[in-house]
Amino acid sequence: MSYWFRNDNRLPQERLAAASYVIVGMITLLLLGFWKLQVIDSDKYGVMAERNRVRSIPIIAPRGRMLDRDGRVLVDNYPSFSVLLLRDDMAAVEKNLPAIADGLGLSLDDLKEQLSNTGALPKFQPIVIKPEATPADVAFIESHRADIPLLEMLMVHRRRYLPGGFMAHASGYVGEVSEQQIEASNGKYRPGDVAGKSGLERQYNDLLVGTDGMRRVIVNSVGKEMGRLSQQEAIPGKQIQLTIDYDLQQVAENGLGDKKGAVIALDPRTGEVLAFASHPSPDPNDFAIRVSKEEWQRLNEDQGKPLLNRVTQAQLAPGSVFKIIMATAMLESKTPPQNFTAFCPGYGVFYGQMHKCWVYGKKSHGVVNLHEAIVQSCDVFFYNVGQRMGIDTISKYAKMLGLGARTGIDMPSEEAGLVPSEEWVQRVYHHKWYPGSTISVSIGQGSVMVTPLQVAYVIGGIASGGEFKQPHLMKDAQNVGAKHVELAESTVEQVTQGMYGVINEAGGTGNSIKLQGIEFCGKSGTAQMMSYSAASRLGLGKGKNDGWFVGFAPRRDPEIVVAAVVEDTSEHGGTAAGPVVRDIVKAYYDKKEKKSQGQSTAQNQQPGAEQISANAHAVAEAPKVALKREVPAKVTQVVQKKQEPE
Amino acid sequence: MNETTTTRDYDWWLLAIVTAICALGVLEIYSATHGSALVGMHTKQIRWLVIGFALMFVLSRIDYHLIMDQAPVLYIIGIAALAAVLLVGHTRFGAKRWIPVLGEFLQVSELVKLIIIIVLARFFAEVRTDELSLQDLIKAGLLVGIPLVLILKQPDLGTALVLMPMLVVGAFLAGLQWKHAAVIVLIGVMMLPVGWHFLKPYQKERVTSFLHPEEDAKGSGYQVLQSKIAVGSGGFWGKGFGNGSQNQLGYIPVRYSDFIMSAWAEEQGFKGVLLALGLYMALLLRLVQNAQRAKDRAGMFLVMGVTAALGFHVLVNVAMVIGAMPVTGIPLPLMSYGGSATLFVFLAIGLVMNVRLRRFVN
Repeated sequence: MSYWFRNDNRLPQERLAAASYVIVGMITLLLLGFWKLQVIDSDKYGVMAERNRVRSIPIIAPRGRMLDRDGRVLVDNYPSFSVLLLRDDMAAVEKNLPAIADGLGLSLDDLKEQLSNTGALPKFQPIVIKPEATPADVAFIESHRADIPLLEMLMVHRRRYLPGGFMAHASGYVGEVSEQQIEASNGKYRPGDVAGKSGLERQYNDLLVGTDGMRRVIVNSVGKEMGRLSQQEAIPGKQIQLTIDYDLQQVAENGLGDKKGAVIALDPRTGEVLAFASHPSPDPNDFAIRVSKEEWQRLNEDQGKPLLNRVTQAQLAPGSVFKIIMATAMLESKTPPQNFTAFCPGYGVFYGQMHKCWVYGKKSHGVVNLHEAIVQSCDVFFYNVGQRMGIDTISKYAKMLGLGARTGIDMPSEEAGLVPSEEWVQRVYHHKWYPGSTISVSIGQGSVMVTPLQVAYVIGGIASGGEFKQPHLMKDAQNVGAKHVELAESTVEQVTQGMYGVINEAGGTGNSIKLQGIEFCGKSGTAQMMSYSAASRLGLGKGKNDGWFVGFAPRRDPEIVVAAVVEDTSEHGGTAAGPVVRDIVKAYYDKKEKKSQGQSTAQNQQPGAEQISANAHAVAEAPKVALKREVPAKVTQVVQKKQEPE
Repeated sequence: MNETTTTRDYDWWLLAIVTAICALGVLEIYSATHGSALVGMHTKQIRWLVIGFALMFVLSRIDYHLIMDQAPVLYIIGIAALAAVLLVGHTRFGAKRWIPVLGEFLQVSELVKLIIIIVLARFFAEVRTDELSLQDLIKAGLLVGIPLVLILKQPDLGTALVLMPMLVVGAFLAGLQWKHAAVIVLIGVMMLPVGWHFLKPYQKERVTSFLHPEEDAKGSGYQVLQSKIAVGSGGFWGKGFGNGSQNQLGYIPVRYSDFIMSAWAEEQGFKGVLLALGLYMALLLRLVQNAQRAKDRAGMFLVMGVTAALGFHVLVNVAMVIGAMPVTGIPLPLMSYGGSATLFVFLAIGLVMNVRLRRFVN
């Protein structure tokens, strides 16, 4: 046995006791640490554990579709996947960014820029880094769930419009909400959300947009989905039915073709818009994903102004179409009296200046009365009328009939046009009205400006005996604004007779577009963008014109009124725009006849297609949308705003 | 000598406490792994526990004096094994720590811990003075220093650190003078920057992320943060057995081993922690009691060496789980899954039992 143990039992009892105290103290300290975490800060860590465990993935609500008046689909959706980047953990994001950019085929710099742009948003909000995922992207995301748990796929609905820019200016387009919109929306919008940017998409965005749902899933530490929690279903946006008639719209689109211009067809009895075309137009399908800055700039700088909605925003000189307003004003104001005649030698001299008639150099109109002046579009007659009336009377009647003010169509950014007056010239140019200017205004030249929509609205209202209905594209619009202008029966009769003559009488300027068996009335207009002399000085040969035609049928209480304008044409308005108007009116009657032959069989079969109510005031059906209408100060209208029952 | 010991002389209280802690461990290992690819881990752990119990009984039957007689031989074997590991050892998880034994990989350093306990006990038992001389202190330091450096080479900072409390507790009980203690602490503090220099990058990262855990939530601070979330979200009552989301969804790192206390705290709450830490306190106090009743200084040093090692394990591991200490990779004795670590603890307890059995024997 070794020497080193010999019952040496001098144990250091004091130091052993001290060791016991150290042990008790150590365990107590550890318990205090647990008490801090598990009792004092428990709620904080509970939230963190929940945030770890639960990942919220939005379920995007599909946007409401747009149907035509017969229930045919005009604007639809198709499913697609977006790639989301989760940003809860910025360190991991920065670390994996090159791999993500590489895997999804994105530029690293763009990604970085996007990240810094969205830096102000809350961290738990994922951002869309690729709006349209390819199958390869999907494979990349799935195979890297473990090592890059930052990517998520989101099912989205993309907008599908009819191809080739069909009805594009009416439908408008959607786009990703901007950062500013997100901030202003009080949490309603998230990055990557889509909102209407123009046209009906913007006007009825609140209706069309649904309420996104939320899928809450349990994920493990490598981002794998382990289970599902509650799911809040998406509420799809409301489908809206438009007043547009697909058949007439097609005629309008084809009629304009690649010409620059606009066509608008209204039912003046209700204010319903039957066709709405503006060319050139962009293809909104191109905007459905994401527009590049270059593409956007190109569209904005395009000489043809494809982003301009010409129906409501092109402010053009009406040319001879304005003579209908002049004729109405003359008959109503009796200045000059209705039996007034003028002699047209092909020109007239007013205030020391010669004003040509459009037939100048070829022939003369001779002595013309009001009817002949309308039919043959004699300028000299209306020079004389204008001179006798004076600018303020012209202005008064033009405004009373609806020019110089927005019609209140359910479309954003409508322009008001311009009706000059003494007060206007004083206010804007700070000088007195030159009486000579009145002569130009009398034939729709000079500073008077109208939109195609206004032309259809005003002419339709006059032909309807002074009943003006607010134009609208929403089928079930409620509280459609209505305006009554007191017009003498004889006034309406004489004006419509004149317009009937334009097309149906020999020598009428629209004689070439006569329609068999239809009381088709109209008026052409050719607004010179610059005088013949100025044009020839610039070497443009024949002057560039805006060719107008406005037509309606039947002659009294018309069912359809169509206005068309073709810009930058060398042709006369009747030739450039007349055939488009005629084709639409013809298509309308063809369809009407077909319907009455087939009786009511087809009418009720269309899903979602409701019967047209002749009077939009009378029937109340949900969902109704109150039109917002600006009330011009001088004209009294009964306008009520009614909220969507929701 | 053995003929007079009876089963009555075993420390049944100690065995009961050890069994209870093992039961908590097995339960939590089951909860942490039953739904994952690691399913069945708890049965493997039970196997280790059975082997551990058997080894404990075997070791308790061999008079500790006989074992301590062989201390120099054991020491040489230990050093040789550590050197061998560095030369031919098996690399797992980035460190050379394992040698294959009976189809399993055993960590040599666990065995070395045991040997150092025995060697230090023998050394301090031979010190006959009431106060520990500086000379003896330096000798003891060297005895520990050589294996410590070899273990650091593997690298295994955790196990190397465990050798320190054995030395400190041994020296303290052998009559360490306060002035020496003060000087050692002073030198230790001054050496910190130098020691920092020798740390591996991942070890430095662990320390920095311990000091600033929020800076790098997915890097090395991730483990501690997730552990704290697990512990904190457990609350007072816990989420219930098998219901801890941090545990079940794999947010807690190595939840069946080093971070098993985190999983336990999440599912069983503060009340469960109270139970577990209560058991550990009972275990350690019971060990000290055994030291107090040891027949001689040799037995006392042996028991206190075991106490120091286990106490240090508990302290460092649990403090790590609540983010109060950096991640060192030290398992929680008897609860964490692991063959070598479990065997070490049972052999250590076997030594204690050995001392206990012989307290009335002359």
